[in-house]
Amino acid sequence: MELSLNWIAVIAKVAVVVIALLQVVPIMIWVERRGSALMQNRLGPNRVGPLGLLQSAVDAIKMIFKEDFVPAHVTPFYFLLAPVVAVIPAFMAFAVIPFASQIEIAGQIIQFQIADLNVGMLYILSITSLGVYAIIMAGWASNNKYALLGSLRSSSQMISYELSMGLSLIGIVMIFSSVKLGDIARAQGETLLQIGSLSIPKWGIFLQPVGFLIFLTSAYAETNRLPFDLPEGESEIVAGYHLEYGAMKFALFMLAEYVNMTTASAMVATLYFGGWQLLPGMGWLLTQLPLDGLAMEWARVAFEVASFSIKVGFFLWLFVWVRWTLPRFRYDQLMDLGWKFMLPLSIANIFVTGFLIYRGVI
Amino acid sequence: MLVKAKKNALQNLYIVEIVKGLIITIKNMFFGKTVTIQYPEERRQYSERYRGQHYIKATNGVENCTACMLCPTVCPAECIHIEAGERPDKEKYPVKFEIDVLRCCFCGMCEEACPKDAIKLSNIYEMSQQQREAYDKGFLLEQRGNK
Repeated sequence: MELSLNWIAVIAKVAVVVIALLQVVPIMIWVERRGSALMQNRLGPNRVGPLGLLQSAVDAIKMIFKEDFVPAHVTPFYFLLAPVVAVIPAFMAFAVIPFASQIEIAGQIIQFQIADLNVGMLYILSITSLGVYAIIMAGWASNNKYALLGSLRSSSQMISYELSMGLSLIGIVMIFSSVKLGDIARAQGETLLQIGSLSIPKWGIFLQPVGFLIFLTSAYAETNRLPFDLPEGESEIVAGYHLEYGAMKFALFMLAEYVNMTTASAMVATLYFGGWQLLPGMGWLLTQLPLDGLAMEWARVAFEVASFSIKVGFFLWLFVWVRWTLPRFRYDQLMDLGWKFMLPLSIANIFVTGFLIYRGVI
Repeated sequence: MLVKAKKNALQNLYIVEIVKGLIITIKNMFFGKTVTIQYPEERRQYSERYRGQHYIKATNGVENCTACMLCPTVCPAECIHIEAGERPDKEKYPVKFEIDVLRCCFCGMCEEACPKDAIKLSNIYEMSQQQREAYDKGFLLEQRGNK
């Protein structure tokens, strides 16, 4: 009985997370297309379904029914393997993200997290860095100079920004003394400052503002989004690493990009914005509900999932918002920013954090 | 010469500038007026003098054209082909009147040259056809876009 409940919980969590991630992608593509259109004083896709919401579904059907074409000059095995390698780590990385706290059913505590690994965020960092293999593989197997240029740019960019990304997380690890995302999210529920009736929670953003900015910028570079989308660089290298891809193989790269975005947003929300901790006002709303016992617990979980989704949704929107605001970096500017600015800044952040912890300020 | 823009320390950090940029885009998103024309439902308004699809003006069901050959003479693109014929009442008329629209440059000189007010350019700008044998006399006589 014990075992079966756990198994059911694990399977249910995996199913929910995978299905939710798959649903985020078409919605985000729609948001991106409509949002960019409105920002540029256009309307965007508005023909298929209400507000054009079914556009992504129609596009997916088109992609599936297109010819699965493999050009004659590519290395077929790696060419076909690359999209698969791109998608799998993208989905794997979400496994350690907690999307709600926990619930007690029949004396068993069920964590709302697929796997509470003791390596926590290190797992995400290592899995997301696997994504670069797919891009290199795609560029190399395509046997096309632009594709290869795009993938080489991607690898150098990822290596440069992984450093500052990892170092910016050290500050969080020092403050919360854990790399487990569940522990970090739970610790952020404590109160940092009490000003009258206003209490500021111990969210990462208030303790690590510089670390947050470094992490956010690096996350944009890691997911190959503008202003760091040099691997795609339409105006310079046609389409970058997925130049030779079409139909569903291209769609898989697209899927991987958007799932990576979701994971990055979930990381930002979990590490710096309290993860599943309720948003201001939601705690009060929860006490007003006429529920008790297990129903109340489930309502709490629903509220936690909702506040987590709102936070992730905001950062997903920020990805789109920034993309249609900032121009692309030049390649040397990108490297300058990564190595000469972000890396020293993240190291300085570690020292300042260490000093403040030593003095007992935080 | 390489000119470097002068920036203060705050601008060099870019954060404030990025936030300013984000505010501009979000303003455009919510308050910007969309400038697109929803084509099949909305049409762009062209001037009355717009030179579009050709037609031959007819009076009482008979074309005004007398096959005087002024329009093929004046046509810079040489896209008008007329074969003249004679009616039983000895009046001259075009047996064949064809316009090679792919060659036409829509200069409107045929319209200006015509003494009989026969060849005219209408306001119609959707001119795609599904067969090659278009823009012959019968087609041109249908009075599309007659003003």
